[in-house]
Amino acid sequence: MSTTRRVVIEPLTRVEGHGKVTIRLDSAGEVESARLHVVEFRGFERFIQGRPYWEMPVAVQRLCGICPVSHHLAAAKAMDGIVGVDELTPTAEKVRRLMHYGQIFQSHALHFFHLSSPDLLFGFDSDPATRNVIGVAGAFPELARQGILMRKYGQEVIQATAGKKVHGTGAIPGGVNRSLTSAERVELAADIPRQKRWAAEAVAIARDYTLENLAFATEFAAFPSNHLGLVRPDGTFDLYDGVLRAVDESGEKILNDVEAGRYADVLVEEVRPWSYMKFPFLRELGPHKGWYRVGPLARLAVCERIATPEAEAARVQFDEAMGGRPGTMSLAYHWARMIETLSAIEEIEQLLDDPDIEGDDLVRKGERRPESVGVIEAPRGTLFHHYVVADDDTVMRANLIVSTTSNNEPMNRAVESVAKKFLTGTEITEGLLNHVEVAIRAYDPCLSCATHALGKMPLVIEIQDAGGRTLAEGKRNS
Amino acid sequence: MSESFTFYIDGVPVEAAPGMTILDAAQAAGIWIPRLCWHEELEPFGGCRVCTVKMNGRSCAACTQPAEPESVVENDSVALREWRKALVELLFAEGNHFCMACEKSGSCELQALAYRLGIAAPRFEHRWQAREVDASHADVLIDRNRCILCARCVRASRDLDGKNVFGFTGRGPERRVAVNSDARLRDTDLDVSDRAVDICPVGAIIRKGVGFTVPIGARRYDGAPIGSDVESANDELESANEHTEGGAAATVRQEE
Repeated sequence: MSTTRRVVIEPLTRVEGHGKVTIRLDSAGEVESARLHVVEFRGFERFIQGRPYWEMPVAVQRLCGICPVSHHLAAAKAMDGIVGVDELTPTAEKVRRLMHYGQIFQSHALHFFHLSSPDLLFGFDSDPATRNVIGVAGAFPELARQGILMRKYGQEVIQATAGKKVHGTGAIPGGVNRSLTSAERVELAADIPRQKRWAAEAVAIARDYTLENLAFATEFAAFPSNHLGLVRPDGTFDLYDGVLRAVDESGEKILNDVEAGRYADVLVEEVRPWSYMKFPFLRELGPHKGWYRVGPLARLAVCERIATPEAEAARVQFDEAMGGRPGTMSLAYHWARMIETLSAIEEIEQLLDDPDIEGDDLVRKGERRPESVGVIEAPRGTLFHHYVVADDDTVMRANLIVSTTSNNEPMNRAVESVAKKFLTGTEITEGLLNHVEVAIRAYDPCLSCATHALGKMPLVIEIQDAGGRTLAEGKRNS
Repeated sequence: MSESFTFYIDGVPVEAAPGMTILDAAQAAGIWIPRLCWHEELEPFGGCRVCTVKMNGRSCAACTQPAEPESVVENDSVALREWRKALVELLFAEGNHFCMACEKSGSCELQALAYRLGIAAPRFEHRWQAREVDASHADVLIDRNRCILCARCVRASRDLDGKNVFGFTGRGPERRVAVNSDARLRDTDLDVSDRAVDICPVGAIIRKGVGFTVPIGARRYDGAPIGSDVESANDELESANEHTEGGAAATVRQEE
């Protein structure tokens, strides 16, 4: 009779989507392995087949309610190619960028203030009754309020550009269907100073947290990896458009600024039987060495500079703290994420100051093409949309690689590293299991998108023996 | 030549000429009777029954029933609103109406009617029928998922375009809009400028490539609920209707 045990964390909490973690313990109580399973499936790639191409930006954004704008814009960028438009009008490009930065701003604020701050402010193993956004509102009311108002501001930027705060229609093949009115521009610009100040303060909170806990952070879910993201051809940070760049753990370029449309030449997706979420890797390096991180930490690793001044100053500080190399600490994602938030609000400020944002030259047309790829940096990382469109204008095939999918291997490594370090040979408590969730949360995964599944992400914990018999189980809802 | 006469809709005296339908007379008097298959350019069809009223206590389709002198018509009553609501809900249950990804959203008569009637959630089980998309024509697409069998395209092609491009095939739940060829729209003489193309009340017949070019806020029913154009023709009646479903529909719309 074996005494091997399996611990299952299901449903995971304070992340977007539904998933579970299983941790296998041997007879000595040592962690053998740990895995993040994504257990829901949605299948957008299949059911958009046969639909007209111009529906895609509006249809596929329904993958998600958290960052639908990312899917909206990635699909719209792909459809630009389908209608033969390689360069948008200045107004269209700027309206889309404004929409995207509003999206980055609101999504990052939501993650930092609502989902992650309870762990950082109260401690990973603090009382779960207050380790949530309500607890934050009680103990740090001003911080909670800022989080809510920053999210609101981002949503208002989205509404002004897409027509609705969630699931709008702003981006269309070849351009946009609206630009800003003077009134919208003035109203949004009026709140910029306050939003910028809050974003800078959030950078400071995340920075101070990381620096004060540096010894812990270098032990907690920290491991070297490759990193992948879009940059401008000159290496400048860009969330809306660019070329694909990947660097290894020392910062050497291993993917040398590949045109985004060629993603399939350089990336491969592997399927493993125990999760609906695929495992992408760099073709040249293979599945064992070719996996990579995406998202804020990776974007700061691949870029050489940020175009806006305050975010660039913050990036330089970040880079110094990382020792001038790509980040290894999962917890540093929070700091990187807030630097991006600051960059987004600076970009919003510049766009609102640009008369083109009220322009009326909205759409271009070109020669229809059969196939196109749209790539964008979503809040959670690089997002690929690839479509093949038949002569009758209906979609024949689609392939989506969403950000969280690319972070699948890193999140699994983070889970295993934390489980081995913190759960071995001890009595397993809720606080210790939350360490596992904290590691996952750092990546801000959206498991709905990753499997194109629906719902919130609750967490279940289950302990089983080697025969799969459940010894203990703990569940909670998000 | 007969004289015009008076009849009553919800107690309001309405003038009508002999032969006028209840719906036409109501329309002229600024009274809105909900409808889907009716269109001012087409002969009445009496297909959707959403315009059901009671004349002298007996239910009939207002679009086909001629008004009669001194008759008493019940239109905006709780019972009739419930009937119409059920009829519209059944249309949603029968087809595959995914408003969230439909380019007609905001300009769709079926959706606008659902808002105005206060339909918030499905009551009937959806049939989830497999229905075909015909994308063969260079400029026009048929999405039968969204078809409500109102026959506007059938009538417009026959009576306005003189072409007979559209017709029906099948019976009962299998009924579908068909085209005048073996299978494909591209083999008919339909032209994108035909009246039959734009007269569809839903997103079943659409011009290709238009998609979501009209921004949210500028769509047909973004400003005012369906029927308010008819009602605004009569200020007195409009103020009388203020406390009915119209206001509620506007509220629902904003939350969509």
